[in-house]
Amino acid sequence: MRTESRIYLGVGSFFLLILIVYFLWSKESTGSVLLLASAGLGILPGLYMGWWSRRMRPRLEDVEVVEPLDISGVVGTFPENTIFPFTLGIGAWLTGLAFVFGVWFAVIGMGFVLGAAVAATVESKRASLAEPANRPAPGGDGRLRDR
Amino acid sequence: MTSLLSTEKTGSQVEESHPPGGFYRWITSVDHKVIGKNYMYTALTFMFIAGAMALLIRTQLFNPNGHVVGQQTYNELFTIHGSMMLYLFAGPFAFGGFANYIVPLQIGAPDMAFPRLNNLSYWLFLTGGSTMLLGFFTASGAAAFGWVAYAPLSSNPYSPGPGPDLWIVSIALVGFSGIFTGVNLVTTIFYLRAPGLTMFRMPLFTWSMLVTGILILVAFPVLTAALVMLYADRHFGAHFFSVQGGGVPVMWQNLFWFFGHPEVYILALPFFGIISEVVPVFARKPIFGYRGMVFATLAIAGLSTGVWAHHMFTTGTVLLPFFSALSLLIAVPTGIKVFTWIATIWGGQIRFGVPMLFAMGFIPAFVMGGITGVMLASPPIDFYTHDTYFVVAHFHQVLIATTIFAGFAGIYYWYPKITGRMLSERIGRWNFWITYLGFWVTFMPQYLLGLRGMPRRIAVYSATDGFTFLNRVSTVGAYVMAIGMALFLVNVVRSWRRPVAAEDNPWDGATLEWATSSPPPTHNFHSLPPIRSARPVWDANHPEHSDAAPVIAGGDESAH
Repeated sequence: MRTESRIYLGVGSFFLLILIVYFLWSKESTGSVLLLASAGLGILPGLYMGWWSRRMRPRLEDVEVVEPLDISGVVGTFPENTIFPFTLGIGAWLTGLAFVFGVWFAVIGMGFVLGAAVAATVESKRASLAEPANRPAPGGDGRLRDR
Repeated sequence: MTSLLSTEKTGSQVEESHPPGGFYRWITSVDHKVIGKNYMYTALTFMFIAGAMALLIRTQLFNPNGHVVGQQTYNELFTIHGSMMLYLFAGPFAFGGFANYIVPLQIGAPDMAFPRLNNLSYWLFLTGGSTMLLGFFTASGAAAFGWVAYAPLSSNPYSPGPGPDLWIVSIALVGFSGIFTGVNLVTTIFYLRAPGLTMFRMPLFTWSMLVTGILILVAFPVLTAALVMLYADRHFGAHFFSVQGGGVPVMWQNLFWFFGHPEVYILALPFFGIISEVVPVFARKPIFGYRGMVFATLAIAGLSTGVWAHHMFTTGTVLLPFFSALSLLIAVPTGIKVFTWIATIWGGQIRFGVPMLFAMGFIPAFVMGGITGVMLASPPIDFYTHDTYFVVAHFHQVLIATTIFAGFAGIYYWYPKITGRMLSERIGRWNFWITYLGFWVTFMPQYLLGLRGMPRRIAVYSATDGFTFLNRVSTVGAYVMAIGMALFLVNVVRSWRRPVAAEDNPWDGATLEWATSSPPPTHNFHSLPPIRSARPVWDANHPEHSDAAPVIAGGDESAH
């Protein structure tokens, strides 16, 4: 995580540096605001990752010598095929066309978007419950096991 | 080899599992390989459509006072040609196609971090891209204000009708698709790497895609915001970019180029990454200066965000020394890359396979475009050549060198991995040489045309202007290039009808995508080699020349 943090902080700090030079020299507002936003975009996740990297053990992908077996596990519990991204995409497209051809497109499009969003959420929940670690304990009150 | 991933499923899942087939599978699959291939097919289709438009443009300019198409149609053609090539081909082909397919394989991941978001990105790209073409079927025609959509030309009084609105919606949808892909790429590379694959062991293509992902997140939201403002100006009576209401037209240029210049590197960096993969494999040497390449990539990304106004020198409202100096500085990390590729080739046991031919062709083509870019970073030269064919030649050489030559290097390099079939070397060589010849014949005369004062985006010129001969040479070159590109299609069709099976690692590649079958199975790997260097597959296949870190008895100290 430390390298990831440094990448973000490095990029963000560079934007901050050129923001200071640019703003003091040009006094131009559009570019200065954009540089400020970009600097924030780099520094915020950089600080967050840096904060965590000091408080956690190195992840296996950050360790020099490690066996792949160490992260063996089940993959593919989430659906390999799902119609909802397609439905959501069509809904977003129809909503976009509403800006050209009239608001009735948005009515249909938003229907697709909302339907797909709800259905995809339900799908995620079901897939999550299918994972052994997330199954409700047999004979329990139906709640998820404490991990 | 040690087992990494078990694809076994629990009993209830096996019962529920009914994998669909055919068209429904294509629509619904969240496998990064299926989505990556969809991106590649779609982007290449857009590229051939936009290429056909380029041929129409060049045909119009073959004769003085050409009348192949009308002036309005000509404006629409160059607008949609540029928009398709930049928004719908070059970017999505790289970060949607190659990155989607190759990055999870190179980092030993079973899929992208957000598979369903990945699928949504593709559908936004396809629907958004098609929307742009719908403009041709409207009464007012497609957008005709250039791919940069400068205000006030793009405002309602000067560009009325649904065509420009369709362009705005199209770019917004494709922009969201790009943002989602950027998020997906960065997250995948940060959190789904195989154990032992530290950041400084990642292949350079993956590094390039990581930096591209970060650049997408910086640049694309700015474009989306600018498009919303433009739409508000056109339809809601806002005055962001109109002088009458107190707006500032140049603000559009600031916003657009704050996206537009990083976009150039969003297009270029993935292809630099491809060259950094192909050159060491075909020179049979490790890359010269791995860390130098990583830092050069990061430096290019940082600098690219501070140079946007070098496209606006002639507006008279920008800080010339600041933007000129930063633009000139970009030549330093770019030069590091070029010299690193040359130093990698130097003294290597070079195999001139088709991927290497395209990679070798890329270097001088890119340097030619890059050097003229350095010239244009100097305001006195830019004032003289701005909006002439000199600039047209410059950016076509940069973009075709990267997206076509480096892109084809990548296609020929990874085609066996993606399809399990080999492309013909013989047709591939013809594909390269004819395209390469056409490239130089098309664009070198355009530098001279620009220096002689031919403006860009004009549908006709006079016989007395002295532009005729060079335009004819350029048009002939464009057709030669088209023949070369058609040979690629011939090669693909041939491999489809008369398949030659590919081995899992036909080029003796060194990175993890070559550790799995061709094409890879669902979830990519049945097993992974231990990762102790930046070249794990090389270490496994050539232990006598391995540069793997030694195993420390009792485990790695850094883990505790």
